[in-house]
Amino acid sequence: MEVKNEIKFIMPSLSVNEAAARAVVSSFLIQADPTVEELSDIRTAVSEAVTNAIVHGYRNSNGNVELTVKLLENREIYIRIKDRGCGISDVEKAMEPLFTTAPEEERSGLGFSVMESFMDKLKVKSNVGKGTTVVMRKRLSSHED
Amino acid sequence: MKMEIKSGPGTATAMLSGEIDHHNAKELRSQLDKFIISVQPALLIMDFKNITFMDSSGIGLIMGRSKLIKECGGNLEVKNTQPYIRRVLRLSGIERIVKIT
Repeated sequence: MEVKNEIKFIMPSLSVNEAAARAVVSSFLIQADPTVEELSDIRTAVSEAVTNAIVHGYRNSNGNVELTVKLLENREIYIRIKDRGCGISDVEKAMEPLFTTAPEEERSGLGFSVMESFMDKLKVKSNVGKGTTVVMRKRLSSHED
Repeated sequence: MKMEIKSGPGTATAMLSGEIDHHNAKELRSQLDKFIISVQPALLIMDFKNITFMDSSGIGLIMGRSKLIKECGGNLEVKNTQPYIRRVLRLSGIERIVKIT
């Protein structure tokens, strides 16, 4: 699929960068003129994925979180969030609603549920000790819709 | 992220403004818990009128404060949530535990 434009943003795993990631996505997507609701959905899904990388991926270490956003043909948005943290041993279990390994931080275990609900497609690949990659896609409505 | 708490007889209102994410929730949690433990209001209202963003970190924030205030004999309500924020909250089923308007 043709890539019309793309951006890559690499940030250290600091929680203050959750807002920075949302700001980057919002700024980049202005060119696609999404609806307020579409932009809200994407910002929320990105916030969840970046937070997961910081809270879970780099729980016992520090590293970089890599955010890639692509604007594809047919108004499709591709988003990849990649960390090189501890990885997830059981992705299926981690994606179950309300499953969390950080209850002490009041993590609700709904991050993946939000990503699934607010985006059209979600794929999670993870290797223990190597890191996790989350890929999400969402097709924006056309202006004629 | 800013928060101002107005306390009246039995009822207190926490006016929140800005974005609720994992980063900001830590500070909010600490401020609200200090208030709940020291004042022990019968009703605490978290007013979301000026909240411009919230991810699932907000669910943990609300659930945690609801649990604490119940332990102190009070109740929590959340008001002025925008439709988009209610969509996030609905995923958690929190509306069965906390009154949200």
